[in-house]
Amino acid sequence: MDLHSNYIIHLADNALILGHRNSEWTGHGPILEQDIALSNIALDLIGQARNFYQLAASRINELEPGEIITEDDLAYLRDGNEFRNFILVEQPNGDWAKTILRQFYFSSFQLMQFRELLKSQNVELAAISEKSIKETRYHVKWSSEWVIRLGDGTSESHLRMLNAQQDLYPYIDELFIPSDFDYEAESSGAGILPEKLKDEWFQRINSTFETATLPMISEEKKAMHILSGKNGVHSEHLGFLLAEMQFLQRAYPGCAW
Amino acid sequence: MEVNNMNREQIIEILSEVKDPEIPVLTISDLGILRAVEYADDLIQIQITPTYSGCPAMEIIQEDIRAELAKHGLNNVEIKQVLSPAWTSDWMSETGKLKLEAYGIAAPATHACFLSGEDRPKSCPLCHSENIEMISRFGSTSCKALYRCLDCREPFDYFKCH
Repeated sequence: MDLHSNYIIHLADNALILGHRNSEWTGHGPILEQDIALSNIALDLIGQARNFYQLAASRINELEPGEIITEDDLAYLRDGNEFRNFILVEQPNGDWAKTILRQFYFSSFQLMQFRELLKSQNVELAAISEKSIKETRYHVKWSSEWVIRLGDGTSESHLRMLNAQQDLYPYIDELFIPSDFDYEAESSGAGILPEKLKDEWFQRINSTFETATLPMISEEKKAMHILSGKNGVHSEHLGFLLAEMQFLQRAYPGCAW
Repeated sequence: MEVNNMNREQIIEILSEVKDPEIPVLTISDLGILRAVEYADDLIQIQITPTYSGCPAMEIIQEDIRAELAKHGLNNVEIKQVLSPAWTSDWMSETGKLKLEAYGIAAPATHACFLSGEDRPKSCPLCHSENIEMISRFGSTSCKALYRCLDCREPFDYFKCH
């Protein structure tokens, strides 16, 4: 698979995997309205993933004629080491605070990324970003409000947010470490190097943390980079997620209803 | 019915009978998701755009478009989903907004409000009081948020501006 297809798949995988994680909350949210909120965000993300997978599939079919692949093949029939999502988005939901913070981290990143992709030389990538950015803006708003509400809430909710910060800390660096497909995207004008979003991202996150009376986070590297989701080296959690998500298509290939 | 006697305007008229399955008072043209209709050599080419990326109603809408046209003997139909320019609630027709309000759903504010963060309904669609508060940013479908009126005490849906 060529690098640009991998870049598109990376964008798709992030959205699909976090969309799936959010969907695990459906029926389990702390209150009905927030259960609905996360299910709606899941729907937006899976919709975005679908648009990216369709784009990737048509590109792959064009470049590698032969067996036709579809969006479903990409979502349901690849194995863990072929997924290109961030380790952050495959992390288990944990408690409400962790889910909220994961969403806030990712949506803030995605919002900046989509803003840059509006200028993509790949017009279809620009079109998907134009569509998605509105949804993402709303996700940032919702999740940042929750970060503030929990951080500046009770001692219990504050503590939960501190724990969430600790839990997710090791997965932040990866957002900004370029992969070979990022370099290709940058040089062809299809995308940007994620590193360019780093300062803005930390500022955005820390300004919300300040309002939320939470400690700021620094750019200091804290993790050893054994894992790299973008290169297919995932945490153990992805395998379990895929086992659940892909079960039906694996057990009953081509099943439709 | 003689297919060849139809013209583009009549086809658009037929299409304007197709309703949004989630909000059945609105047609697809009220919503502004019907983007283009071309009719040439017996082939009808339609472009629609989703309100939200994952809107599950899009599949049903495509089926409903085909079914409605088939009723008039029009079966040679191509439907293409387009993403750009991205749908905005500003494309909702004025009639559409009135129908929404009458149905009990507050009509969307302008896209400018979405960008400035002033995204909220003007008033309660039931008693028209402006004394309202948000219950949840997300509602029963992707395109709605949940509000309540502090005067008549009724909860209501708000069609978000986007």
